[in-house]
Amino acid sequence: MDMNQYLSMFLDESNDHLQSLNEKMLELEDNPEDISIVQIIFRSAHTLKGMAATMGFEDLASLTHQMENVLDLVRNDKLKMQDFIFDTLFKSLDALQSMVQDIANGGEGKEDVTSIVSSLQAIVRGENPLEQPSASSSNVEPTMTTAAIQLDEFQYSVLEQSISEGHKVSYIEVAIRRDCQLKAVRAYMVFDLLERFGEVIKSSPSVQDIEQDKFDYSFSLYYITQQDDAELEQMILNLSEIERASVVALDAETLKQVSQEVSTQAAAAVEAPEIPKEKTSVAMEIDKTTVPVKTDSNANAPQAKKAAANTPSRTIRVDIERLDVLMNLFSELLIDRVRLEQLAGEVKRADLTETVEHMSRVSTDLQNIVLKLRMVQIDTVFNRFPRMVRDLAKTLNKKIDLVIEGADTELDRTVIDEIGDPLVHLLRNAVDHGVESTEDRLAAGKSDTGTVLLKAFHSGNHVFIEIQDDGYGVNRDKVLAKAVKNSVVTAEQASSYTDDEVAQLLFAAGFSTADTISDISGRGVGLDVVKSKIESLGGTVVISSKWGQGTKFSVQLPLTLSIISAMLIQIGSEKYAIPLSSIVETGLIERNQIRSVHGYNMVSYRNSHIPLLSLAQIFGVPDFDEEAEEETEIVVIRKGDRLAALSVQEFIGQNEIVIKNLGKYLPSIQGIAGATILGDGQVALIIDPNTFIK
Amino acid sequence: MGQDIKVIVFKLANEEYGIEVEKVQTIERILPITRVPKTFSFVKGVINLRGVVIPVIDLRGRFGLPEADFTEQSRIIIVTAEDLEVGFIVDSANDVMDLNTDIIDAPPEVVGGIKAKYLDGVARVSEERLLIMLNLSEVLNRSEIIQLESIEG
Repeated sequence: MDMNQYLSMFLDESNDHLQSLNEKMLELEDNPEDISIVQIIFRSAHTLKGMAATMGFEDLASLTHQMENVLDLVRNDKLKMQDFIFDTLFKSLDALQSMVQDIANGGEGKEDVTSIVSSLQAIVRGENPLEQPSASSSNVEPTMTTAAIQLDEFQYSVLEQSISEGHKVSYIEVAIRRDCQLKAVRAYMVFDLLERFGEVIKSSPSVQDIEQDKFDYSFSLYYITQQDDAELEQMILNLSEIERASVVALDAETLKQVSQEVSTQAAAAVEAPEIPKEKTSVAMEIDKTTVPVKTDSNANAPQAKKAAANTPSRTIRVDIERLDVLMNLFSELLIDRVRLEQLAGEVKRADLTETVEHMSRVSTDLQNIVLKLRMVQIDTVFNRFPRMVRDLAKTLNKKIDLVIEGADTELDRTVIDEIGDPLVHLLRNAVDHGVESTEDRLAAGKSDTGTVLLKAFHSGNHVFIEIQDDGYGVNRDKVLAKAVKNSVVTAEQASSYTDDEVAQLLFAAGFSTADTISDISGRGVGLDVVKSKIESLGGTVVISSKWGQGTKFSVQLPLTLSIISAMLIQIGSEKYAIPLSSIVETGLIERNQIRSVHGYNMVSYRNSHIPLLSLAQIFGVPDFDEEAEEETEIVVIRKGDRLAALSVQEFIGQNEIVIKNLGKYLPSIQGIAGATILGDGQVALIIDPNTFIK
Repeated sequence: MGQDIKVIVFKLANEEYGIEVEKVQTIERILPITRVPKTFSFVKGVINLRGVVIPVIDLRGRFGLPEADFTEQSRIIIVTAEDLEVGFIVDSANDVMDLNTDIIDAPPEVVGGIKAKYLDGVARVSEERLLIMLNLSEVLNRSEIIQLESIEG
């Protein structure tokens, strides 16, 4: 089977699972007693293990397996979560992450994890030497080998669910000929065969033991499949050196019986080999008379696995280029729609008009959906930060609360992909340099836990991301001294700087005021890199700070390719779009109300005067003469708390528009944020009101 | 022995020009053009080409030729070069021609009023017919335009 086609899916899903593992681990750290979280973690780890094994990434699978062992103990109340266990598990997650990363980069996902594995094993052993889970136990007694399998609660529920979803669950016993030289190899072949047609839920002895030759020529297992029992039996027997194989189908009833039977038997565990088999075959006969074995013949093994994993997926992944194509095709459809509407208007046939109207409505809905497809919640970037801040705080021995607001703010995928690194840098900076050490905080009369606020929100056609800490703040004197020393500014200039201007100096190249260089941040490269990265995305970043109270980094990003609500306006024959979010209100004024102050036109607006700018003038619209009008429509726009009015000729109406760039060829034009394609296929320019207010 | 290439032939004033066919995306009739304010004078604006906004430049204006009104024959040639997508407004475009690079000579200093640097050469198709091969990357070179504009302005 060619695995490559599944690789990207595997990587995506692995990353999802790792992410959720990280999140849940953090949650668990706050509530170490909550077993339900452990269950979720266990399931995620289990799925990850299964996927890794299927794809043949053995190291990944075995490390997850060790984690599972630890989690299994916790889940069954045999082990209490403690700090060092958390640390070890987090370390394992990091190792898994880097393996997945390696696979993504074309590697084989191999990594030396022996130290982590051994500490995981130590946790399993050290804490509970007597209660080792049978799956990882290396000294299973020989008499147990062919014993029936004791299912734990999770495995039982998986089997039960598979049955209820119409998959076949079988109990299989295989015996290998006594004269076989390499019984582990034969056993492996059986497993290999079985894995091809379904999933082995549990085997006795465990797969590891079988692989290490620690079994007595026979083994048994629970198995989910779609294959016919007899066929399966025949397939196993077809392998060489297999003495006998029996496949027994189970239904919900028999499964229950068997597992109960088995758990009582397992305690005694003397002559177990025969009993479960008898029981199950009897049960099966009953079963045949009452309930016919039901399966959905179309369902195949992967589906069985899905069911077992118990994580129904509500999303699919789509290549972003396909979305671009979809969007462009849709824009074309819109043009035709407008044309059709015109034609229908001319032809004036009721049924045609009706059909066209219906099509218009459908395409409006379709448009909304198509436009929203590209938007991604910024949560996909934010969600890795809690873990990062936790680790940093721990390394630095600080107490820090990371508060995230506005994680549901939507941003275009292209921006999301780029913004992660700069944010990581700013957060590290806030944790390392912003927040004080616990002693300093207490000395300064603050609570011992520092707070870092990460906040995202929309404003205008921009997204703002703020990172605010309640730490030291920027030390004016220190920064200025350093700036003068590095000849970033002269001493004379320095004295005239406002506090905010001083803070911006941190972005100067090669600037770092940390007294000692730490490995977290502060190598003297950093903030200037952050600044240039954000600027390359067409954004800006500013610092505001108050000494002793903390620092705030505000990152402003454009919505390069996203959807906004806009007011469409007309000047002469030209149409423009103004982002609704910048508009305070629209109005109508008489031209004789316009006052000239210092050569600027001003209009009165709510007890104050605001500047009036003529769009026709600014853009040099050729076919519109404002002066000839008696009244003029104005749009009052806002940037921060400053207002201005733009005069236009006419309002067309509100619309959801897609922001497109003007093409790489044109240099950026002041006052124009981009372009959009109107319903009639024409291009309208989008006005960036922020540039009109200085 | 030169290579055989295919070129799109278009007309500007009285001259015929050629662009390699690989660099041409499509040829369109004149589409509605949205004026873009405060930019180079030869940039006529932007068009919507199947959902993509593409700037169009008047090639006459770009080469300092007198601008002319659009006619039924006018076309927009969408070219792609160095990941720029730009539309060229030309007087007409209605021919594809096979050429051998052997017949392309180095350009003389000035051809039809266009500086030699914008040209890859001149193809002598027949005794009377000359085809001026455009050097797209030079035509689309922005840094040079910006200098040009600042001198003019």
